[in-house]
Amino acid sequence: MIRTALVVAMLAFGATALVAQSDPIAARKALMKANGDQSKVATDMLEAKQPFNLDAAKKVFATFAEAGEKAPVLFPDNSKTGGDTAALPTIWEDKADFTARLAKFASEAKAAGAATKDFDSFKVQITEVRKNCGGCHQTYRKKTS
Amino acid sequence: MLRKLVMLVVILAVIGAAAFWFITMPATVSADALGSYTPDLDNGKTMFYAGGCASCHATPNQDDKTKLGGGLALKSPFGTFYPPNISPDRNDGIGGWSEADFVTAMWKGTSPDGSHYYPAFPYTSYQRMRLEDVRDLFAYLKTLPAVQGKVRDHDLPLHFKIRRMLGGWKFLFLDGEQLRPDTSKSAQRNRGAYLVNGPGHCAECHSPRNPLGGIVASQRFAGGPDPEGGDGSVPNITPAGIGDYSERDIERILESGDMPNGDSVGGAMAAVVANTSKLSADDRAAIALYIKSLPPVKGPKRP
Repeated sequence: MIRTALVVAMLAFGATALVAQSDPIAARKALMKANGDQSKVATDMLEAKQPFNLDAAKKVFATFAEAGEKAPVLFPDNSKTGGDTAALPTIWEDKADFTARLAKFASEAKAAGAATKDFDSFKVQITEVRKNCGGCHQTYRKKTS
Repeated sequence: MLRKLVMLVVILAVIGAAAFWFITMPATVSADALGSYTPDLDNGKTMFYAGGCASCHATPNQDDKTKLGGGLALKSPFGTFYPPNISPDRNDGIGGWSEADFVTAMWKGTSPDGSHYYPAFPYTSYQRMRLEDVRDLFAYLKTLPAVQGKVRDHDLPLHFKIRRMLGGWKFLFLDGEQLRPDTSKSAQRNRGAYLVNGPGHCAECHSPRNPLGGIVASQRFAGGPDPEGGDGSVPNITPAGIGDYSERDIERILESGDMPNGDSVGGAMAAVVANTSKLSADDRAAIALYIKSLPPVKGPKRP
């Protein structure tokens, strides 16, 4: 049973890695989509459109951290165009800055998750962590908003 | 007969040249028109953030947005503009300017040496500002750090380098009017209208432009292509575009950049939010109220 679970887990991991390798644009878009969905949950809780829930709050930060950690390898040189990507060529012009920003986002999201104990701390943490979003969207994403 | 015809052509040419000269003459505001005044620095700071001066004039690639050394490359369909140094440096910035020089620049788009500024500097919006607000802003700018260094020339095709021609553009698109409050509307809505159409200069990006680079008045705020080029776009902010946003949603965008769908604003709007986040909550609420009150207008098709 454990062995089966292990094999399934490994296969799942392998499959994810494979998707990431074969279609990095789709993979990074999925990460950003998850970020957006979680960010909406965060805003809805802040605006009392949905009740505050500590697990849900921590999941927001966990999702952010995961995206920040996984994203750097999803911008190989052959993924500058195609797949309806909104990524700008500026990413590849200053990859070091782009990667550093993702790393900062990931580590701050992780710390914020740990520091979130209730609604008040959540409010403080989410406000700080989301300041990272605009930094990349300003320079590295096609203008849409 | 032929002589008369030649005479007529000459006379018409002289009249034409005189009209061109007159129409394209850079307008100024004289110091006598200003009167004495004690500036309000707090209000000047508010105007600084409402006007988003730093978005274009801050020295690029450093974090202090009050260092207004200029030099950011601002792409446009007409060429690349390099916003000048507007720090209080006496030689390279506006430290040697009189108040009338500053009001003239903001209202008339004319430089102290009497030439036209390009409308990349959004004086079409800044001309709507109240005189007091412009004077307060000038006083506030003088409190910021002086930055040395002149900025390079704009990178424009030859035929756009003749600044006198901009007088013709201003004749078409600059009416010289300040914004008068609409007494039938609430004070809050008037404040919002003022911030949006005056210092905020929102319409400069959120509207389509005609081939001459003037805002298409009938589609004001209805969005359009990215003015800095590329295949991006600027959204329609009339109810035809963001009708599902509440006032609160707009306030939050201006405060933190977080949009109701979970996305966060990007492109030049991220720099705008860096400024609007420093406005008072009341001012953001006034902007939101006004934006929500705009008539719905269909914009150009988004790519």
